[in-house]
Amino acid sequence: MRGISQIFPGVKALDGVSIQLFPGQVTALIGENGAGKSTLVKILTGIYRPNEGEILIDGKPAAFHSAQAAIDAGVTAIHQETVLFDELSVGENIFLGHAPRTRFGTLDWRQINLRSGDLLRALESEIDPTIRLKDLSIAQRHLVAIARALSVDARIVIMDEPTAALSRKEIDDLFRIVNNLKRQGKAILFISHKFDEVYEIAENFVVFRDGRAVGKGRLKETAQDEIVRLMVGRDVKDVFPKVKVEIGAPVLAVEGYSHPTEFRDISFELRRGEILGIYGLIGAGRSELCQALFGITRPSSGRLTLEGEPLDIRSSSDAIRAGIVYVPEERGRHGLALPMPIFQNMSLPSLSRTSRSGFLKAANELALARKYAERLDLRAAALSVPVGTLSGGNQQKVVIGKWLATQPKVIILDEPTKGIDIGSKAAVHGFISELAAEGLSIIMVSSELPEILGMSDRVMVMREGLAAGIFDRERLSAEVLVRAATGNA
Amino acid sequence: MTNLLKNRELLLIVIIGLMVIGFATRAQGFASPGNLANIFNDTSILIILALGQMTVILTKSIDLSVAANLSFTGMAVAMTNAAFPDVPLALLIVMAVGIGAFLGAINGFLVWALQIPPIVVTLGTLTIYRGMAFVLSGGGWVNAHQMTAPFLNIPRTQLLGLPVLSWIAITIVLGAWFVLTRLPFGRSAYASGGNPTAAVYAGIDIGWTRFIAFMLSGALAGLCGYLWVSRYAVAYVDIAVGFELDTVAACVIGGISIAGGIGSVAGAVLGALFLGVIKNALPVIGISPFAQMAISGIVIVLAVVFNARAERKAGRIILRDRAAPEVSA
Repeated sequence: MRGISQIFPGVKALDGVSIQLFPGQVTALIGENGAGKSTLVKILTGIYRPNEGEILIDGKPAAFHSAQAAIDAGVTAIHQETVLFDELSVGENIFLGHAPRTRFGTLDWRQINLRSGDLLRALESEIDPTIRLKDLSIAQRHLVAIARALSVDARIVIMDEPTAALSRKEIDDLFRIVNNLKRQGKAILFISHKFDEVYEIAENFVVFRDGRAVGKGRLKETAQDEIVRLMVGRDVKDVFPKVKVEIGAPVLAVEGYSHPTEFRDISFELRRGEILGIYGLIGAGRSELCQALFGITRPSSGRLTLEGEPLDIRSSSDAIRAGIVYVPEERGRHGLALPMPIFQNMSLPSLSRTSRSGFLKAANELALARKYAERLDLRAAALSVPVGTLSGGNQQKVVIGKWLATQPKVIILDEPTKGIDIGSKAAVHGFISELAAEGLSIIMVSSELPEILGMSDRVMVMREGLAAGIFDRERLSAEVLVRAATGNA
Repeated sequence: MTNLLKNRELLLIVIIGLMVIGFATRAQGFASPGNLANIFNDTSILIILALGQMTVILTKSIDLSVAANLSFTGMAVAMTNAAFPDVPLALLIVMAVGIGAFLGAINGFLVWALQIPPIVVTLGTLTIYRGMAFVLSGGGWVNAHQMTAPFLNIPRTQLLGLPVLSWIAITIVLGAWFVLTRLPFGRSAYASGGNPTAAVYAGIDIGWTRFIAFMLSGALAGLCGYLWVSRYAVAYVDIAVGFELDTVAACVIGGISIAGGIGSVAGAVLGALFLGVIKNALPVIGISPFAQMAISGIVIVLAVVFNARAERKAGRIILRDRAAPEVSA
């Protein structure tokens, strides 16, 4: 079997990407968050359909109209977050959708449990197929997910960050399994952030950046620095409209902030006019930290001081009153009430200031909205139309306007340019610089290295819920940040 | 015409007008001012309850216990009136509103503090409140001759050409409009339903907002408890059985989104009037009472279909906007 799979999709998230997988070999797919790795996985498993390009299996074109079509073609995936059912048994989870049937068309439980047991034993695990999934540990669930992927007769196995939730010992077990699969002649696509793992298990690599495959080759012949360089790409520091701002007195001081599960012992200081970047991989606890600063969740320990005064933030309204605001990452889900008019969205966190003795004053709200709409160059037919009728870029402006209207001291921006086009990004960056110049203190969470490098005065890198380091602008470089974030010293 | 279709309230007014004219061709005097005032008076209780229901629905919840609440409070005030004829009516009304608000607050508390889905909470309390009405009355009735004259007569007293009951409904309509558009609570209600997460991020306490909404709905149900018992001059356990569904239907017809965050007071009132006109017209034009329920049901389903279509259209407009090149951003 020659078994070469080629993919030439051309969706927006992916731009003319082509990769090849070889039987009996592991190909590592490497790239920053948002580089298009997950999109590719979804195309390969039939969840998305590419706008252009084609998939070839053994040289023959294959069209995946549905997830089932991909499975039938022999492509199976172990997803980043395991998609399993807590209340079903292990065997049911493994064979859901393609369970063996008896002659009468009913489920063949004996076969289900027998074959599940075989699959799990092949993975060197003694999990009983009849117990409920919810009684298993995270690592064991992962094994069930792998068993499920292997329960179809797959030739191509995709592993999307399979090691994210595993301990070192479990990773070793997983790698033994992967080596087994290799010997069986399966073609494996292995997605990971962690270079040591990639070098340990994979033969080939492909690096994605901004939806393009920017480099590929054999790992044996490629140094780690070369891959980091490919991942990060251009040196765009100069493109960003970063304005030199006089950094003032400390505004916000965070000491030993901890959360029961998401982050631990985070301390930093934020000064007037400063932009503090927070960089890290997905799941490093960045958004969770910001949500705790904004009172959405409560930290289990730690202290927060705003302009020298100790502050206890119990809810988002406490944070807004104190002058800390948060522009969330998903503006649709967290930012706007789409059926409500623009001006009502804008005034929502500022109602206490636009109201008079407990009564809403529409005139005040409109004046407030008009002021920030002008400032942000918001294009809308009228301020009374529902936000849902605006374009994405204009919706983003409403979100930012709504928070500026509260006249904050500290503004937390979570992935401020995610999902908007290059031209709009420059406008948002320019605006962030302007805010810093006006004396606001800004915390900017971003997964985009150029953005972090171009905009930040200092960068805190988070890794697995811990602060992996705080770097001054002079010491900033893509390599430093990526190493800190991935733990490759 | 497209403008008309976009404006739900205008469209409803036109449809109700056409229905009235249509029915008038079949039944002499249907469109007479006197009859229209009668229909409004008949629909008053539904209008008041629909406004409470609307407030709750705006916050992405639902209150299925309104009719049971009405039945319990109605029974309580009727029995009090029968047992202590000297208690002034004003005090009885305060009592009705108070009991209703308390029962509503129980719903609100369960939804807020225990985070139980509103439909489950109010399905439960629906049974409990009606069961309590049974316990309270022992299954007995309070009949007209046991009630005092003011208790029975005040809501039907004519004032400036309309019965007091109608004036109460008009007052509540104006009050609901004021609360929902002029008080921060109203804004919180719209925001909590329109996008709960965004509301939290904007510093709004969704749980508290829902609690207040349920309490308001309960208070209005309590008031209607008295109005209902007085209007029909009898109190028994099974009054207004299933009426909670009429209140939801009035909201849906009036364009209040079951998903929360969308809707106007005018819409809820017109939705209730729409149902009121049909209920009054069907017997007049000789349609069997057995068919009436089915016809009401068909109208409700049609309204929901219409709502769903209108919402999908809005979605398409957004998509077209996004596809268009952005001038600047």
